[in-house]
Order: sequence, then structure tokens, then C-alpha cells
Amino acid sequence: MGIGLSAQGVNMNRLPGWDKHSYGYHGDDGHSFCSSGTGQPYGPTFTTGDVIGCCVNLINNTCFYTKNGHSLGIAFTDLPPNLYPTVGLQTPGEVVDANFGQHPFVFDIEDYMREWRTKIQAQIDRFPIGDREGEWQTMIQKMVSSYLVHHGYCATAEAFARSTDQTVLEELASIKNRQRIQKLVLAGRMGEAIETTQQLYPSLLERNPNLLFTLKVRQFIEMVNGTDSEVRCLGGRSPKSQDSYPVSPRPFSSPSMSPSHGMNIHNLASGKGSTAHFSGFEGCSNGVISNKAHPAYCHSKHQSSNLNVPELNSINMSRSQQVNNFTSNDVDMETDHYSNGVGETSSNGFLNGSSKHDHEMEDCDTEMEVDSSQLRRQLCGGSQAAIERMIHFGRELQAMSEQLRRECGKNTVNKKMLKDAFSLLAYSDPWNSPVGNQLDPIQREPVCSALNSAILETHNLPKQPPLALAMGQATQCLGLMARSGIGSCAFATVEDYLH
Amino acid sequence: MKNAVIGNNKQKANLIVLGAVPRLLYLLQQETSSTELKTECAVVLGSLAMGTENNVKSLLDCHIIPALLQGLLSSDLKFIEACLRCLRTIFTSPVTPEELLYTDATVIPHLMALLSRSRYTQEYICQIFSHCCKGPDHQTILFNHGAVQNIAHLLTSVSYKVRMQALKCFSVLAFENPQVSMTLVNVLVDGELLPQIFVKMLQRDKPIEMQLTSAKCLTYMCRAGAIRTDDNCIVLKTLPCLVRMCSKERLLEERVEGAETLAYLIEPDVELQRIASITDHLIAMLADYFKYPSSVSAITDIKRLDHDLKHAHELRQAAFKLYASLGANDEDIRKKIIETENMMDRIVTGLSESSVKVRLAAVRCLHSLSRSVQQLRTSFQDHAVWKPLMKVLQNAPDEILVVASSMLCNLLLEFSPSKEPILESGAVELLCGLTQSENPALRVNGIWALMNMAFQAEQKIKADILRSLSTEQLFRLLSDSDLNVLMKTLGLLRNLLSTRPHIDKIMSTHGKQIMQAVTLILEGEHNIEVKEQTLCILANIADGTTAKELIMTNDDILQKIKYYMGHSHVKLQLAAMVCISNLVWNEEEGSQERQDKLRDMGIVDILHKLSQSPDSNLCDKAKTALQQYLA
Repeated sequence: MGIGLSAQGVNMNRLPGWDKHSYGYHGDDGHSFCSSGTGQPYGPTFTTGDVIGCCVNLINNTCFYTKNGHSLGIAFTDLPPNLYPTVGLQTPGEVVDANFGQHPFVFDIEDYMREWRTKIQAQIDRFPIGDREGEWQTMIQKMVSSYLVHHGYCATAEAFARSTDQTVLEELASIKNRQRIQKLVLAGRMGEAIETTQQLYPSLLERNPNLLFTLKVRQFIEMVNGTDSEVRCLGGRSPKSQDSYPVSPRPFSSPSMSPSHGMNIHNLASGKGSTAHFSGFEGCSNGVISNKAHPAYCHSKHQSSNLNVPELNSINMSRSQQVNNFTSNDVDMETDHYSNGVGETSSNGFLNGSSKHDHEMEDCDTEMEVDSSQLRRQLCGGSQAAIERMIHFGRELQAMSEQLRRECGKNTVNKKMLKDAFSLLAYSDPWNSPVGNQLDPIQREPVCSALNSAILETHNLPKQPPLALAMGQATQCLGLMARSGIGSCAFATVEDYLH
Repeated sequence: MKNAVIGNNKQKANLIVLGAVPRLLYLLQQETSSTELKTECAVVLGSLAMGTENNVKSLLDCHIIPALLQGLLSSDLKFIEACLRCLRTIFTSPVTPEELLYTDATVIPHLMALLSRSRYTQEYICQIFSHCCKGPDHQTILFNHGAVQNIAHLLTSVSYKVRMQALKCFSVLAFENPQVSMTLVNVLVDGELLPQIFVKMLQRDKPIEMQLTSAKCLTYMCRAGAIRTDDNCIVLKTLPCLVRMCSKERLLEERVEGAETLAYLIEPDVELQRIASITDHLIAMLADYFKYPSSVSAITDIKRLDHDLKHAHELRQAAFKLYASLGANDEDIRKKIIETENMMDRIVTGLSESSVKVRLAAVRCLHSLSRSVQQLRTSFQDHAVWKPLMKVLQNAPDEILVVASSMLCNLLLEFSPSKEPILESGAVELLCGLTQSENPALRVNGIWALMNMAFQAEQKIKADILRSLSTEQLFRLLSDSDLNVLMKTLGLLRNLLSTRPHIDKIMSTHGKQIMQAVTLILEGEHNIEVKEQTLCILANIADGTTAKELIMTNDDILQKIKYYMGHSHVKLQLAAMVCISNLVWNEEEGSQERQDKLRDMGIVDILHKLSQSPDSNLCDKAKTALQQYLA
């Protein structure tokens, strides 16, 4: 009996190891056969009842065997890729059980893999970076800084640049502008986002009709969702759940913020504003305490509506922002909480307690309505006027699409995008429809990053931050390694290095 | 001072010469010193101790240890840690006698109590214990003060250093100590048994030092009888881990320790020897141990050469030890070892190395391989192993002599082709010399080798042995306190007294003394085996032509033979019977008189009785003897 490996096309009528591209360990003499009729003394003989294991190491292209759980040492080196496990039987009546892992192996293969994983990781950790006079550190700092700037974390970027003696290439005002636009997009307030972009970067969207189209399609979707400003001012109330921007699972895709972060930042902000209300709210659970609305009222309401704490938190935080950023307060309540809170509190410090007081009642009212509407999400927030506006907007979009086709030729991407968006109207409950995922706030991210990149390009800045580029590069490399059969990529993933 | 001496051995020496140590110790012990000052003093002393061995000696001369131990009674943790750090450095130095830790009986319990204070006290105290625990006495002291319970939970500490030092503690505590080992197997830490924790620590992604030390713990527990040799944690975890430690990828130090530990683990168990012999080509892997310093290292890198040279001896002796264990029982493994590239040459070369350690290991290895009849006849002969062996036997330290002479016993077996040349090179003198050694093991081996030598030997050799040994020495050996020596001496006598001409010749010259000795032993308080052997000697004497008369004229001896014929033990009855049988054999001259004399003594009656014996052997012998009377 011979146990081993063969490439495709090797003669199946002979024991593995005897022919070219075939390798085997034979039980009768314990020899190993490396594509040759003559064997080399390798290990013990094996017979009925023995468990023989064969392990191919795709990192160093070697193979070793095990007998009853004991490693017999390396049998073959420099193995070619694409080998198949092979068992050759010579004696009539021989029987073999094959185990490809469906049962636990006798040999501790997990332990062997642990060793190799450690080896590969050590290799990565010790990779020589050819550091000359802090070059490496400077480069890392630049990557961090450019990432912060790219996503508009201006206060952090500023602080980071200051402490690492770097200059920020982009002007602070410009970063803030981009940040503002991004916030609007991520809040689903596309109309305002488009308007602001046109104000700040007058020719940008003219020169990028496809981008404008993408933005408009998104605006249409947000109208359906009830989040776009144009439908909201028509009395539509958005379901809270649609509005609260979830934590992004992709850490580098947008400046989203986790609820726990929001909580901290918010507490800081409220501390600056007026701390007088703090004590009265200790009955409320954690983040809620800084809500400056009428305590008892709010409290009972929250309880009855089962709102969770992070949500409340974000609401509160958004309120502190709106004061600075926007003049029309009535619609801004629940929207801005994913912006970079640190920037606002530390660098701008614009908290204005007195002006906020006016909106406290409204805050609570908003909450109330949101709670009830959460139970039944309605098209465009349920307002007839809003629906009409949405239909009208849809027609404009159709016209724009046709115009685009005339001017720039057919564009399947645009066509599909529009078709998908319009499909939302075919369902009574678009959120639970097969095309409902378009309404997911996470879909705002690609739109947001496309717009951000376009703006950056007009300033001759990179479309993507170098950090994201490096990550993409590393991920691609690992994929390429896998396709090329370089085994060590199995023990190295980019995620392992992102904490 | 602290900043001046850090990393600067010269400055350290200067300060010591200038008398800084007594002053620092004074400040450290002064009641009025602030804790900050005391702590700084301990830190500077610790830094001085980090220097050369001479520095440590100077510190010891100033009685630093009692002062620091006194400091441990302080309530200030920082100060305690500084004292412990300094103590750790001093106790880990090879110039410090570890006994100093045990002179004051209150120290160990206090250290045990300090184990709970911080991760630093844990690290330093465990390190002190693992360096100062030498031999069963120390193990017992530490064990009785609760070392196992106090240290066990440190194995799960968050600090790697603490885990590592705790592990080292257990390896020294368990070594050759059944009491500690038996306790360890049942200790639970966080719901897990200690052996399981050790097994986790030898996983392949753990640091090598940790894998190696936990493998040692499990090995020692196994050798002390606390873990069975067929337990999975030995067969599938410890053994493979130790084999991996022997691989080329490991550092030279790790390879030495790995091989030595593995040799110890598998020494008494043939199944473990078989598994190790097929694991990862271990036997071939060990051949690499002889390739240091390599020719490459000599040319390319002087530092590497130095490093290789330093470890070359250690590597060779470790490999020999492991080969010795591997080949202890299994003939196939021995064959595999000898067939490894140039192995016999290497071992033979090892016999004449300057390092005692290497020579000893090489002799052990050869001794293990010499248990093979086939190898004795082939490889041992081809490589003239006896030559360097005879050389080793001249003026070697006892530990080498014990193994080498034991191997000589094997080489002197009658079928060994080395027997002749060994005799010619003066082995008789040498072996007779060994029988006078203080060391019982050497006496046994000496007399054993002589016994083997005398087996079916020619008259000349026998005469040589007797002359060289002298009857005085022979009698001394017959009254040796060591039973083994007595048995082998009787064996020698029996081998000397075989074939009729030899018997007569020897009895004619030494008859009187031999008869005296035989009487003495038969009268003495000895076990069955000794008496049987002695009766066999008498039977041999009775087989002689003239020698017979020495028995027939000795009524005392005849009475004794008669007594043993009626003994309750069959073996003794048989031996006495052979004796009688030889005396009454009627084809020989004077058989009639002998028969008559023995009949008068009542022997025939006994023979009749014995011919009815349920023991067929005895019954047959009695019948044969009676027939002699009938003829």
C-alpha cells in the first residue's frame, strides 16, 4: 500500500511515487518514493490498524507523514502545486479509510498550524523597514494625518499635526466644508448636500454630471425614506430608526461614530453647556442624564417608548451641533450625531446654552412622534405633500437621465441605479422589499465617499487617503498570493492588524 | 552612584574597591534611614551584583545576604522588591552557595508569604527558588512550606516572566521527587489540573523556553512515577515536543537540553524509545550534533566559531546520552543508530575526548549498544572498540569506570570476538584491580568481567586469574557485604572449576582454601541462590578425579551435603544430588569405597526417598544415582 500525492494525469494504475509528479510512502518497506521507482529509507513500515497521516505544507512546499499521531519527519521538499491526495492499493482485498478532517485527526495538526501561524506573524513583525533617521515614523505620521484630513476630522488632524510637527496640506476651512457636506450626505439630507456643494464648489457638479446624477438618485431614495430635507419640511416625520446612523462595520469607509463614542463626546459637550441639570437626571440611565428637557416628562416618555440609550444620546448630541451649523432648527434634531464630535467640542467650542433652551420642548416632542412612527414607517414620512414632491422629483430625475444619455451616451450603471431606485415605489412597504436595502443608511457611504473624493480632486488632493490605499494594496496582495498558491497568506489577514 | 555604575563593570569594581559596599549596607540597615534611601541603597547594591563574579564575591564577603533578608521584613513594597531583585541577582550567580538561603529557617516561610505581594516579588522569589533548589533536602523544605500551593496559581499570571519562573520552580521541585510529583498531578488551578496546564504551555506557538521547561516538568513527573509512560500527555505531547527541541532550527543550548531531557524521559521505557526512534528522523537529526564547529563557521565568522566551540562538547555528550537511551532495549534501534553515518567512528573518537562528560556519555552509548550480540560480533569488532575502551579504563574517574567496566563485561562474553585481544592487553590485572575498589559497583563489574572471562576459558587464563586475584582477595570477595559481589565471585569459582583437568589442577593448589570457603558459606546466613551456587561448586569439585577426595575426606562437608538433600528447597536438593551423583559414579576409580562410605552415612535411604519425589527432575536424578549402586 502506498499513500501520497499525485498531480493531475498521473497513471492511476501504479502506486503513488513511482511516476513523474507523484509522491508516496509505502507500507511494505517504509520507504518514500519521490517520482522514482527506487525508494529512499524514510520511516517505519505500516500495516493493518495503523493510522497514516499525510500533511502538505503549502508555505514551504514540503510534505511529512505521521504514523499513529507521531510525525515521521519531512519526506518531500520542493513539491509542485496542485497535488491530489492519492492512495495506491496493490494487494487484493486491501481496505483503506480516508479521513479528510471529517473526524478529528490523531496527529495534533492544530498545534502544527499554530506554530506556522506564529512563524508567519513573526516574519511580518520583523520585516525590515530600512529605517533611516525616522523615515518610517514620519511616513506613518503622514498616513495618519492624511487620513484624518481626508475624512474631515479637522480638530484631531490639527492636534495630531501640531504634536508631530507636520503641516496640513489642506486649509482648515476647506476641511470643514467637506465635513459639512459629508455630514449632510450621511444624514440622508441629500438636497441640502447638493445645494451646499454647488455653493462651495460651483463648477464641481457641472463637470461631473454622473456624480450629480448619483447624488440625485440618492436624494430620491432619501425622499422615499422620508429623510431628505425637501420632504421633511413638508411635514414628513422620519422614522427614528432610519435616521440614526448605525455603526459602520467598515472602519475606514466613513467618519461614522460608535454609540459609545457619541456618549462620551456628548457628556463632554453637555458639561460645557450647563451642568445645572445634571443632578436632576440621575434617575435616567447613563447617557440620558444630559438631556436638558423637562426631566419628568422626558423620563417617563423614554420608558414607555423603550428607546435605547445610545439613540437618546445621539439625539442630545446632535442638538448641540445644530446650534452652530444650521439656522433652521426644526428639522435638525436627530440628524447630525455622526459627525466628528471631538472637533466641535474641542476646537470650536460653540456650545450655547441659552439658545438651546428654546428647543427643548421640541426635542421632546420630536422624540414622541418618532417613537410612534417607528411602529409604521410610511412613504416619505407619511405626508401627502411630500409624496407629491417625491413623484415630481422622480420625473425630473427621469428627464435628467434621458438628457445624460443624449449627451454622454448609454450608461448601464446609471440606468440600473435609477431603475432600482424607482422600484422602491412598487412596494407598499419599501423597507421590507427586495430592493429595500437601498434605504439602509449604510448605502449613503459610497455616495458620500464619491462626493468627497471628487471635491478633493478639485484641490489636487488624492481621491483616497494613502492609508486606505495601503490597506487596499495589502488586501489585494493577499488575494494575489492566494491565487498564486503562496500559502503563507492563509496566516496573514489585514484585519489581524487593525485593532 | 546608581547612574554612574549602570552597565559599567569598571565603575562597579572601582566603587567596591573604594569601600562602597559596607557603607551602603550600613545605610540600608540603619533604623534612621528613610525608606527611599534604603531602597536606593538596595538598587545600587543590585546593580553592583549584576557585574562580574568577583563583584558578587565581594558582596558576599560583606554579608550582604543576611542584610537583604532582614530588609524583606520591611513593610514598604518598593524596598522589598529592591531587596528581592538584588537577592535574585546574587543567588543566580554561580559563586553563591545556595545553602545561604536555608541557614535561617524563617526565611523560606517569609518568602512564601511575600509571594502574594506583587508580580515582581513573584518573579524574583520563584527565580531564587528555582536556582537554590538543589537536591531532595531543598525540595523537601520548599515543599513542606507549601511551595506547590503558593506557586501553582502563578502559572496563570498575566506576566510572562512570572509564569516562566513559576514553571521553572516546578521543574526543579519535581525532579526525581515522587512526593512532589504525586502532589503536582492533582493540583487544580482555575479548574484545570496541573499536567493539563503544562500541556498547554508546550503548544507550538508558545516561546521555546516555555515549551522546553514544561516538557521538563512533565518528564520529571513521569520519571517520578506520577504520570504513566503511556499517558497521552507524554506520548503525544511531551515526547514530540522534546524531539522538536533537538531540531536544527533550535539554538544549540536548546538542542542540548532537549536531547538530555528526552534521554531521561525514554530511558526506562522501550515503547517510548520506539516512538522516539521513528519521530521526525530523530536518529539522523542527532548526527548533526557532531558537526560543530562546522567548517563554514570557522571561515566566515569568528564569533560563531567561538559559540560553536563552546557548545560542541555539550552537543556531543547530549547526543551520546540520547543514543544510549534510544538503544537501551531494542535491537532494531541499535542497528539504526550504528548504521547512521560514521556513528561508530564518532563514538570511538568520543571515548578519547578530553572532556570527562563526553567520554562518559560515549561509554554509556557504547555500553547500551554492546547489549546486542550481533553488534558485538560485527561493528564492535570492525571498529576495534576494545582498544580505546581499555585506554579509558586506565586512570578514569569512578563514574566512567563503572560504565566502562560494565561494558567490558559484555565484550568479554564468550561469543565476543574482542575477548582475545582484551585479554592480551592486560585486562586480568585491570579487573583484579577493580575488585579492590571502594565502590561496590566497580567491585561487581570487576568480578563479573572476570567471571565472564573464566567461562570455558583455557587453563592458562584461569591460572592467570587466580594468580592475579590471589586467594586472599578471593576470600575477601566471598565475605563482601554486597550480595552481587558474592554471587559473581561464586560464579567465577564455578567457571574456574569446570572440566576435569582444570578442577584437579586448581584443587591441587588451592583445594584447602576453597574447601574452607565453601564450608564457611554453607554455614553462614545466606539466601537460597548463594547456597545453590555454592553447592554447584561442590558438585564441580566432586566431578574432579583427585579433587573428589577433598570432599570424601571431609566428613563435615559430607554431612552438609546430606543435610541439603533433605532441604525443603528443591533447587538446593537438586544441587546436592548432583554432588552425590558425581561422587558415586561407578566407572571411576575408587567408586566402590565412596559408595560404601556414603551408604554408611545413610545417603542411600535418602536416595530411595527422593526417588519417590513428586519433582520429576529430582526423582530422575535420585534413580540415576541408585543405579550406580546396582551396577
